Amino acid sequence: MVSPVTETIRFDLQVIADWIEPGSRVLDLGCGKGDLLAWLTANKQIVGTGIELDKEKAAYCIGRGLSVLQGDLSEEVADYPDKSFDYVILSQTLQQIYEPAQLLYSLSRIGRRVIVSFPNFSHYTIRLQLMFSGHAPKNDQLPYSWYDTPNIRVITLSDFQKFARDVGYTIVKEIAINTNSANSSGSVVDFLPNLRATYGIFVIEKKG
Amino acid sequence: MSAIPSIETATSPFPHDSVGKVKKQQFTFAEPPGELVLESGARLGPITIAYETYGTLSPAKDNAILIAHAFSGDAHVAGYYTDDPTTEKPGWWDFMVGPGKGIDTDTYFVICTNILGSCMGSTGPSSISPETGEPYGMEFPMVTIGDMVAAQKCLIDHLGISRLHAVIGGSVGGMQVLEWCVRYPHMVRSAIPIATTMRHSALAIAFNEIARQAIMADPNWRHGDYYAGQKPDMGLAVARMVGHVTYLSDEAMRRKFGRQLQNKDDFSYDFGIDFQVESYLRHQGSKFVQRFDANSLLYITKAADYFDLKDTISTPSCIDDLHKAHLKFLVISYSSDWLYPTYQAKELIQALKRTGQDMSFCEIEADCGHDAFLIKDIRLTNLIRGFLHGVPRN
Repeated sequence: MVSPVTETIRFDLQVIADWIEPGSRVLDLGCGKGDLLAWLTANKQIVGTGIELDKEKAAYCIGRGLSVLQGDLSEEVADYPDKSFDYVILSQTLQQIYEPAQLLYSLSRIGRRVIVSFPNFSHYTIRLQLMFSGHAPKNDQLPYSWYDTPNIRVITLSDFQKFARDVGYTIVKEIAINTNSANSSGSVVDFLPNLRATYGIFVIEKKG
Repeated sequence: MSAIPSIETATSPFPHDSVGKVKKQQFTFAEPPGELVLESGARLGPITIAYETYGTLSPAKDNAILIAHAFSGDAHVAGYYTDDPTTEKPGWWDFMVGPGKGIDTDTYFVICTNILGSCMGSTGPSSISPETGEPYGMEFPMVTIGDMVAAQKCLIDHLGISRLHAVIGGSVGGMQVLEWCVRYPHMVRSAIPIATTMRHSALAIAFNEIARQAIMADPNWRHGDYYAGQKPDMGLAVARMVGHVTYLSDEAMRRKFGRQLQNKDDFSYDFGIDFQVESYLRHQGSKFVQRFDANSLLYITKAADYFDLKDTISTPSCIDDLHKAHLKFLVISYSSDWLYPTYQAKELIQALKRTGQDMSFCEIEADCGHDAFLIKDIRLTNLIRGFLHGVPRN
């Protein structure tokens, strides 16, 4: 009953979609216009919910038959009972969260597994820019200037691995990817990922 | 597309996306001794419910949508009573209900009933009591939102419909939607409560109390026994004026009226009409007394004040029932609604999350206040259309 997906979804979302088992209960945080949810609903028969702050995007999602709550994701996740979802997806949003540790704690409470993706700040182009130009780096993944960026956290793949360990999460899966500028295609980076990958995608769950 | 329009379409006086000419129907039940037992414990019968339907009920009876009207509304959602649409205003949600519209009557069979306690064809305080042969007046038992829904269910049963595709309503209509979900979750597939609340705030009760006091302070009210003589028109008009202020918003009133004067350049320095907003409210008040019964206003506002779903929806049995039924919800609020502000819709969402429902929520940015859902808006239409389409039939 959800309107068919005409475009291919972003490469990082393709990777995430691959990991989701058919029939799962999925919460997509910052779901935008609902491309991932629509794809998962059509291809993996998931029971999906999205949360999106932008009213027009949320309305667009609802209009295409998706279940989406318009609101602030940090507030909205607080009200769900424990283990309401099989997967909670936080895609390319972690770098914009004011209290990431607290949010991830909430997500691991309401979801069996949490999928987190973010742009890798230690990509070699960023390192080189900072080193040679002396300016705050910009690239396709992080296109903003220091004064207008919504990305208030700079995270590297190594940072996240350390954080997950320190805070008590098990990293169930991780993958580093490199995408083209349109983000529609890309490849998996196995060699020196912290240096060469533009994005990191992690599946974590709470220990114990 | 056929090149030659059929004779019917060529001569139809109605817009192509109108449900056309419609007729109010009535259903009478709960004849003594089988009266309906109300939430208060009182018994009421016989009960007549006025209703209208649009579209065609499918052979499987699985395409029915119930629309619940707001406190002063009626069953006339769409279409016209006469053959001349130029001289008549269509039903109150005509922009939403019709062939190809948000609630598409080519697909769905749409039902709307006039609520119990009202005065638009259903049994209420102005109806004749079978015991006395006189209008009930204050002898009419107190009815609740739950009682209104129980009466609606009798009609739905009578029509042979075991599950509604959706229950949709704004304001007090939204309360009925929520009541349907907790009372008869197995009979509802999806619900769209719009600009509504799980329970009245002190602010909402306060305005209702002012409205009631305005009526009861009118010497013509005579403890509700006024049907043979002069009616408490002044009190009812003031009650409506108060109501109208709560349906608007600061922004809407600034935009519509500001401080503009009505047909004059300077103050009159008396207590006639100076400001446009005064003229508007008086006009709304006097228009309202033509069509509405003062006692009905007393009863319905009280029912709205009593309505409290917050505790009900949190009980283990209700949570359990809702879990089993697993409905789809679309909750809609308006940014400038100060009668039932968005935080109250969020409270509803919060409660629904605990019951594991499939739900959507969207606040619509609009400056028209509480009444925005009665104003044509493509965003509301698209939300409802898309949502309904996404609700599986079986």
